[in-house]
Amino acid sequence: MKRVGVVVFPGSNCEHDAVAALSSVGAAAELVWHTVKSLAGFDAIVLPGGFAHGDYLRPGALARFSPVMEAVSRFANEGGPVLGICNGFQVLAEAGLLPGALQKNVGLTFLCQPTTLIVTSTNSALTSGATIGQELVIPINHFSGAYTCDDATFERINERGQVVLRYRDNPNGSRGDIAGLANERGNVVGLMPHPERAMSTLTGSADGRVLLESFVMASVLA
Amino acid sequence: MSASPESLHRALGLSDDEYGAITSILGREPNHLELALYGVMWSEHCSYKSSRLHLRRLPSEGAHVLVGPGENAGVIDAGDGIAVAIRIESHNHPSAIEPYQGAATGVGGILRDVFTMGARPLAVMDSLFFGDLTDARQRWLVEGVVAGISGYGNSVGVPTVGGELTFDQCYNANPLVNVLCVGALPKERLVLGAASGVGNLAVLLGSRTGRDGIGGVSVLASAGFSGDYALSDDAKRPSVQVGDPYEEKRLIEACLELLDRGLVVGIQDLGGAGLACATSETAARGGVGMDVDVAAVPLRERGMLPFEVMTSESQERMLAIITPANLDAVVEVCAKWEVRATVVGRVVEPVRRADGRLGGMLRIRDGFDGEVLAEVPASSLADEAPLYDRPRCRPASLDAVLADDPTMDEPVGSPEADLLDLLIDPAWVHRQYDSMLFLNTVVGPGRDAALLRLAGPGLPSSTRGIAITTDSNPRWCALEPRLGTTLTLYEALANLACVGATAKAVVNCLNFGNPEHPEVMWQLSEAIDGLAEACRATDLPVIGGNVSLYNESGGSDIDPTPVLGVLGVVDKLVAPPPGWRWRAGDALMLVGARRAVGELAFPLAGSKWATRRGRRGGRIANVDPAAAAVTVGFVAGEVASICAGATSDVTAVHDVSGGGIACALAEIAAVADVGAEIDELECHAELFSEFPGRFVVATNDAAAFSMRATAAGVAHLQIGTCGGSRLRIGASIDVSVDEVGRRRSDALANALAGST
Repeated sequence: MKRVGVVVFPGSNCEHDAVAALSSVGAAAELVWHTVKSLAGFDAIVLPGGFAHGDYLRPGALARFSPVMEAVSRFANEGGPVLGICNGFQVLAEAGLLPGALQKNVGLTFLCQPTTLIVTSTNSALTSGATIGQELVIPINHFSGAYTCDDATFERINERGQVVLRYRDNPNGSRGDIAGLANERGNVVGLMPHPERAMSTLTGSADGRVLLESFVMASVLA
Repeated sequence: MSASPESLHRALGLSDDEYGAITSILGREPNHLELALYGVMWSEHCSYKSSRLHLRRLPSEGAHVLVGPGENAGVIDAGDGIAVAIRIESHNHPSAIEPYQGAATGVGGILRDVFTMGARPLAVMDSLFFGDLTDARQRWLVEGVVAGISGYGNSVGVPTVGGELTFDQCYNANPLVNVLCVGALPKERLVLGAASGVGNLAVLLGSRTGRDGIGGVSVLASAGFSGDYALSDDAKRPSVQVGDPYEEKRLIEACLELLDRGLVVGIQDLGGAGLACATSETAARGGVGMDVDVAAVPLRERGMLPFEVMTSESQERMLAIITPANLDAVVEVCAKWEVRATVVGRVVEPVRRADGRLGGMLRIRDGFDGEVLAEVPASSLADEAPLYDRPRCRPASLDAVLADDPTMDEPVGSPEADLLDLLIDPAWVHRQYDSMLFLNTVVGPGRDAALLRLAGPGLPSSTRGIAITTDSNPRWCALEPRLGTTLTLYEALANLACVGATAKAVVNCLNFGNPEHPEVMWQLSEAIDGLAEACRATDLPVIGGNVSLYNESGGSDIDPTPVLGVLGVVDKLVAPPPGWRWRAGDALMLVGARRAVGELAFPLAGSKWATRRGRRGGRIANVDPAAAAVTVGFVAGEVASICAGATSDVTAVHDVSGGGIACALAEIAAVADVGAEIDELECHAELFSEFPGRFVVATNDAAAFSMRATAAGVAHLQIGTCGGSRLRIGASIDVSVDEVGRRRSDALANALAGST
């Protein structure tokens, strides 16, 4: 069974949901406090949603300095699967593990609603089990979820297939309708929607399962 | 403070008689600090001195009630070893002055009330009441309040799963912000806010204490507004507290870990009246005394006087009572969560009071062994505020108002235009709230009631669900407060039935005007009687409540606004309830008594339809409580079987409430994006009449449904058929579903943009 660490910063709030969702797709998920300096023994790492360190200054701007982030960088550079959900995506972007940044939604309000995502690349730890063009209903829950980057980066991430999920009906003003993004190697992925909130039709949708199943199956890259 | 005590007590909101009572309790004149303690603790907001006498009439007993009124939150046994805590509170006056912080700290306060009981807060609901949106100040208030709830609630990590949104001119100068919170805990971990064990320590957890919120309960919450924002009302802004959701989030986690590890013997939140309230209430409940070292309290700013430290309402603070042996472990847990922990008090032996009784003294000292700055019986602050039986009087104008009934008004005008004008989708509000955290939300905001899985970190596993609704109807209660409140409870039970839940407990937030107006006291007393009667008839306990008085401006009171929060349980929740998704070909049934009880079959008094026309008189509808109860039980059972996984012919359920049958049908059509043809309705009054105990139900097997309803003794009638792209009701309404959906979804955004 894959051992997945879910990093908890003070102010994280989706950590228990992430553990429950990962467990339901067969992972042994456990919480990892943000002061931990080694991630030895973990097969994959998740940075969950929430408001790490209150999101003060800027979402993710303080969390990137938490002691655990050096270990996360090492883990990612060694090819380990790393997933940032919502606030976790913001932290990965601030930490430079993913290109670009997340800015305030175009309507300048918080948005909690279901969105329809289109899988645009299966070349990542999160989407390897999905099919290109597949539509997934997964909710968003954020104030700062509009992806942005400079033109050169935008061209590069599109050319290299790093955009793994796009919004069908862009809710927040994200550049290129980008909802989820991977690094070049595909082992580090961030997305603003919450796949862990789409694990059961009882609570609305089970479309997140294919993503988390892929992530749990993903192996460390050579 | 240079004024003499005689004039000082009035400045602190105490009457001459109350000053006399304090003198006789102490057997001497109080000093300034002592007077300040009485000023906040004997305020209307803290002491319920005008309402306590009447609140006693509410039933609060039940076999499943673990904690009733008087504690920080009510608690019931929900089954499977899980206890559910629920509490509702108002934050009206702060929100009127500073909407973002007023609403945000309202959320923070209610969360602390719930985790004080050892429960993890799992859901919040908000009942919001604003004035007419053509007024720019109202639009500013709506946006500020919603942003405050969103900014605080989302960040602190508790989902907001529903609520109410009401606009009426009576709230133009005095909006209402009521916040309800539900939490859950393993039954055996229940904690009460009492100090015990002489020698134990009182540890202040969380934020440092500043000058924010001083006098919040007295200056702000226990007096009306003048109606002049520019001059006097805005000057009260410094009495509004400022919230920090990140501090609260760490405080919640730290407190729950302390409780998990059994490191505290009692815990109490600091809300209204701050340390004065927390120390005196915990000591009074434990029958002990407490020495408080005011110099030990960590401060945000220099030069704060002892009375400021004791009455500050700085947010995100808790008081934990612990044994000295556990101090190191408590400090360690708090350090992990970056929460400040400071010993500020010691539990001491009770003593013989000046009046001869044995009781604990609250002693405020400058250093534990330093000068005694104040010394008063703890229970005299917490429990012995004066009790007033204020004069009550039925308004002299009421007979004329009741005689002015709108039901037979001519001309009727265009029911189609009226329907489209009445539609409003609150999604603009609840889209801004995280409604899904914890993966429990089966039915979220904007429906009849919220439905959640009964699950959370640390809870025993269960397949049960809990349902929550908040309901109010100031239009009914302005005309007939007693019957209006009774019907409000029936309305709440109907909402719960739509998600398959059976009601278990009630909490109430009673928002009224100035209790020194005899008409307001009459309304309050009548509403309490109406609630008591309805609760007795349905065998429901009232396990907590809050009273907000002085909701007035320039001498004009709001309409009586009792808000009821009702908690229900679904025994097995493995599939979602049908919701509002009828399909083409389904038969459309009206379930429940078609006509109201009384002279008029379809009264329009107190309806949204009449109010929109400026018609605010008449007698409201009455219902047969026994028939309504049977109908509600039948519908709840139908939906509960679907939630338990059974197949059913029922495809949609919605109760008939604000806006009458016409709005109920239009709301389902808009959400389902499927039209309907309805031919059975008698007249325009039947379209818009509002009384509870009726449901619109869609079924794909009318014969089978009818057989079950008949067997249960429930009145029902097929009124039409679902399908097509238009909503047609008799000869008076024929409109496209697209138009219905567009008018409904645009209504709020357009109104907030200042266009109509």
